[in-house]
Amino acid sequence: MARSVTTQRKLTFTILGWAIGLLIFFPILWTFLTSFKTEGTAVATPPQFLFFDWTLENYHEVQSRSDYMKHVTNSVVISVGSTLIGLALAIPAAWAMAFSPTKRTKDVLMWMLSTKMMPPVGVLVPLYLIFRDWGLLDTRLGLVAVLTMINLPIIVWMLYTYFKEIPGEILEAARMDGASLMKEIVYVLTPMAVPGIASTMLLNIILAWNEAFWTLNLTAANAAPLTAFIASYSSPEGLFWAKLSAASTMAIAPILIMGWFSQKQLVRGLTFGAVK
Amino acid sequence: MATLQTRATARLMMSPAVILLFLWMIVPLVMTLYFSFLRYNLLMPGTEEFIGFLNYQYFLTDPAFFTALGNTLMLVGGTLLITVIGGILLAIVLDQPFWGQGIVRLLVIAPFFVMPTVSALVWKNMLMHPVNGLFAWIARSFGFQPIDWFAQLPLFSIILIVAWQWLPFATLILLTALQSLDGEQIEAAEMDGAGALSRFYYLVLPHMSRAITVVILIQTIFLLSVFAEILVTTNGGPGLQTTNITYLIYAQALLQFDVGGASAGGIVAVILANIVAFFLIRLIGKNLER
Repeated sequence: MARSVTTQRKLTFTILGWAIGLLIFFPILWTFLTSFKTEGTAVATPPQFLFFDWTLENYHEVQSRSDYMKHVTNSVVISVGSTLIGLALAIPAAWAMAFSPTKRTKDVLMWMLSTKMMPPVGVLVPLYLIFRDWGLLDTRLGLVAVLTMINLPIIVWMLYTYFKEIPGEILEAARMDGASLMKEIVYVLTPMAVPGIASTMLLNIILAWNEAFWTLNLTAANAAPLTAFIASYSSPEGLFWAKLSAASTMAIAPILIMGWFSQKQLVRGLTFGAVK
Repeated sequence: MATLQTRATARLMMSPAVILLFLWMIVPLVMTLYFSFLRYNLLMPGTEEFIGFLNYQYFLTDPAFFTALGNTLMLVGGTLLITVIGGILLAIVLDQPFWGQGIVRLLVIAPFFVMPTVSALVWKNMLMHPVNGLFAWIARSFGFQPIDWFAQLPLFSIILIVAWQWLPFATLILLTALQSLDGEQIEAAEMDGAGALSRFYYLVLPHMSRAITVVILIQTIFLLSVFAEILVTTNGGPGLQTTNITYLIYAQALLQFDVGGASAGGIVAVILANIVAFFLIRLIGKNLER
């Protein structure tokens, strides 16, 4: 593998790569910068890039605005809650499929995947009516339930691909030594599975945090997470760019950082193991 | 070497997930199917009656359906075109060694983590605004007339936003595929005098073909259901110019309260998605056998 890379070639790709990277990242950077401007500077022509009076006023204002913290809490409760319940359901299932596969395991996996292909509008009407009749509209409980179900196939699949990589010989050795199933799971497998479970968790929190079909359709004022809160800026408050930017920055920053940490697992999770 | 007992345990461990997922899939779907044969409007309670395929007939002959179908195809096709071609080029660039590669990679995948409502509003207001937007300023500083994006090119504007969100996904997956390419094979081709273009065409592209298929199929599944971006920018307008199937059914259900008609539309959407899903499932299933 001695492909010599000339400095000139490296320099060319450095410039090209950074130019493309910054171009793609620009809308996010621009949102971040605008969040520190006054509303007047935000719409100024020509645009102010760095040399303006930086202010934190927008952040104060967005946070003091009626119920910002409620929406943050909703986002956290819904994304973390649905992920944890999903994991609780999926870990045993993926475990069984990875370590005691039967002829039908593959069919079950494929079927689970196929539920993910169902377009949400196909079940919008009945779910809306069920939610209305059961008093689940605009509740966190309802959203946690829905997001758990829509992400469950991804969780099972990701865990399955991770569990598959744990060598079966280790299990057999533990069994020979007389370990019970419980002990086998707690002492032998869990330590090996923790990294896989952690990255599955991370990716699913991200997906649930950004989910914007059910969160927009099934919530109003009370259970609305940040996706729906930001949507309320569509008009006419969208004209307040600096505040929109501050709210947006706060809504995406934590998840962007988590996303960067989970980038290696992203491919596996989103392609159901088809590309590794 | 699974004993009978472990097999029973395995079934027990799987059952909660399987049963819940089964209920989640089948109950609403059967309800949608049932509603689709009813005259059922929430604004006119008590008038529900069985009307056979009338809802389907209305839905499928409504000019709005064809507009929405066309828009859906444009949205999916346009986004795929941008993200797949852009993704291939980006993957190739990111695969070259250069300074700060890791950071650039992070910058490129960032849009994927931005929630749809944020990206749509930021693009619509701060970039594409016809007077104060950044694009308008760039156009003016080069002496062009700024484009009023959402008035003149509404569907294309949405395609741009959605493509920006999905480009990182395509890039990341194609990059992963590219990195598994055998370097020695490329080197050998290089020594045999193959130019950069023929190396790309005969070696790189075939190697990536599976990943490209996966990108196309998975993105199609998600792109058929684009919703939030439309809701917060155009509400499907002007007219029906940015209404896709998903938005059309949403409007019929939650704005016009036509449960029957929306259900018929929902079933049509399920059928459309299933056609794509059929191919995707086969592809992934094949991979599972290896």
